[in-house]
Amino acid sequence: MTDAAQNLTEQGTTGVSPRTQRLKARLRARYARETRFRWYGRAAIGVALAFLVILLGSIITQGYTAFYAHTVTLPVYMDPARIDRSYPQGANFEQIVAEQQIRRLSVQDDEQGTKASAMKALLSSELKFQAAKMIARQPGLLGQTVPVAAPLSDDAEMYLKGKITRDQPEDQRRVSNAQMDWLDRMKASGAVRAHFNAALFTKGDSTQPELAGLLGAVVGSALMLMVTALIAIPVGVGAAVWLEEYSPRNRITAIIEVNINNLAAVPSIVYGLLGLALFINFMHLPRASPLVGGLVLALMALPTIIIATRSSLKAVPPSIREAALAMGASRTQTVFGHVLPLAMPGVMTGAIISMAHALGETAPLLLIGMISFVPGVPHAIDEPVGALPSLIYIWENASERAFHERTAAAILVLLAFMIVMNAAAVLLRRRFERRW
Amino acid sequence: MKSRIFRAPEGSSTGGASEAATLSTAPAVGAHASAPLGPIKIAARDVSVFYGEKQALFDVSLEIPDKTVTALIGPSGCGKSTFLRTMNRMNDTIPGTRVTGRIEMDGEDINDRKIDPVLLRAQVGMVFQKPNPFPKSIYENVAYGPKIHGLASTKGEMDEIVQKSLKRAGLWDEVADRLHSPGTGLSGGQQQRLVIARAIAVEPEVILMDEPCSALDPIATAKIEELIDELRERYCIVIVTHSMAQAARVSQRTAFFHMGKLVETGDTEEIFTNPRERRTLDYITGRFG
Repeated sequence: MTDAAQNLTEQGTTGVSPRTQRLKARLRARYARETRFRWYGRAAIGVALAFLVILLGSIITQGYTAFYAHTVTLPVYMDPARIDRSYPQGANFEQIVAEQQIRRLSVQDDEQGTKASAMKALLSSELKFQAAKMIARQPGLLGQTVPVAAPLSDDAEMYLKGKITRDQPEDQRRVSNAQMDWLDRMKASGAVRAHFNAALFTKGDSTQPELAGLLGAVVGSALMLMVTALIAIPVGVGAAVWLEEYSPRNRITAIIEVNINNLAAVPSIVYGLLGLALFINFMHLPRASPLVGGLVLALMALPTIIIATRSSLKAVPPSIREAALAMGASRTQTVFGHVLPLAMPGVMTGAIISMAHALGETAPLLLIGMISFVPGVPHAIDEPVGALPSLIYIWENASERAFHERTAAAILVLLAFMIVMNAAAVLLRRRFERRW
Repeated sequence: MKSRIFRAPEGSSTGGASEAATLSTAPAVGAHASAPLGPIKIAARDVSVFYGEKQALFDVSLEIPDKTVTALIGPSGCGKSTFLRTMNRMNDTIPGTRVTGRIEMDGEDINDRKIDPVLLRAQVGMVFQKPNPFPKSIYENVAYGPKIHGLASTKGEMDEIVQKSLKRAGLWDEVADRLHSPGTGLSGGQQQRLVIARAIAVEPEVILMDEPCSALDPIATAKIEELIDELRERYCIVIVTHSMAQAARVSQRTAFFHMGKLVETGDTEEIFTNPRERRTLDYITGRFG
């Protein structure tokens, strides 16, 4: 013992035995390996974080402009000569407003009215509906000059948000120099005002980018997830409980097990094809409805939920099972009174993560028809809807540039939706967690 | 026809005075050897147990008297726990297990098809090696058995059962003021007594203990041993133990198992002082095992 102690204290001095030297060299190598490994870990985390920052950064820089919008408020002389009192919707308000606005900016129009048309292009078609609504509600406004507020058109928005600039050659952009001047003057006079884009969250999809919102898709996704959760969680947990706690161990259950594991790896588009064939072509359920979407996503989520539930059931200590059984609890009392409650945190986490996965799934939705344009906000699970991921796909493919910033905004909303779900998973896990 | 196994347990009117008396007596080797043994409670005849193809127990025949502590001793893997688990049919819960032979409790074959293992386990309580309270409150742990078997119809009755069981398990004084705190928060020895309280709350006739002290320190072990000695007044107790000294201290009867066979059985004093079999002597003197 004293020899060893001496060897340890007299490191580096003469008289160190070869054995100690070997040990020391080996120890150095072991520490070096550990240090290296820590750095590998840090490097891996660093790379992952960098990618995350790049991804989020690019989405946010592209998408943040979609969260504000411009409204133009113009005094409009409700010309009784051009507006039919009994049918105000028929009046060409955009033309009327554009002509009046041209005059107000002291711009001389030519015979073809090109200036008025150029001004009209800056205004959203929403203006017409707003004005018509006002007249329909208060016919007395005819002959008076009243302020009318409406969004700007997508092209005007793009200029005000700096996505179209004067640097580009005039013939290659959708906003001319004259239009830019007008917008600048309207902005300077206070007619054009920037504000939070509430329409993005209160409106359904539209062909006009400035009028398009996410609400329809958010509601569609939520309805679909509800169907998925109501089907996949009870069926998945039930199947897992049976397989883990009740089923005999034989060839048939072994085959079932292998198949469940394989199904978890089947590409989602295959589930889309299955849903198309089974739910739409065979069962004649309504196309593009949250019902069909939810069913398809439930099929997709089932294997994941079953696997997660089984592994958390397996993790419950056998002593708890034995305790309950030895007390004379039946198998069902044991499972539902003791084992499943203890497995609940794991079950919940598995279920919510598979729900979050289902939320972002796009391919199967495209196959069951959720790629079509659906305006408005859905109210029932059997009417056609859009979903967030398919809306992102549709908007990204749209030709209007203003849709692209909205695509990024939709991605951010989808991410927020997922973060909320994952946070719920963490909270539920904490709540159900019990020590034994 | 109502099976005798499931008749209501006899009124437990044994006085508390004798309990208190035994409590103060420190158990010593052979201290209770002269105590009169009860009638035969469980009789096993030619019991063999197979785990799949592997035979774990070979033709064990053993009679276990009532109101007595019977110790099952032997080296690891000798089949003593397997034998213990045949008495409440816990082996049924392991897939691929087969039990042959007869195990009679009060003259009735417990492996009979008419016998429901769930009801049997209400009559034959079990305490495991590792304390395994449910992750619930102390109260809920003890009340669990009476609740699932419907033994209490009112809250008052249940409170009474819980209090009585905890008192009998010698835990009442330590937990009376925190019945609703988690059972898993108790110390190891307290947990084991909680588990015993849980087992006796359903008024079983037999209590099986599978190395109940192997995870406990000596002081907690001494408490459990005292408790076992008290419980003997009411119940038929079968205990598996690795500790020779423990078998000597708490049991009146001892059965020595080796390689899945019952080698020798008899009064504890006799087994420990004058075993008939050479293997028994070698084991208890520590020559193998």
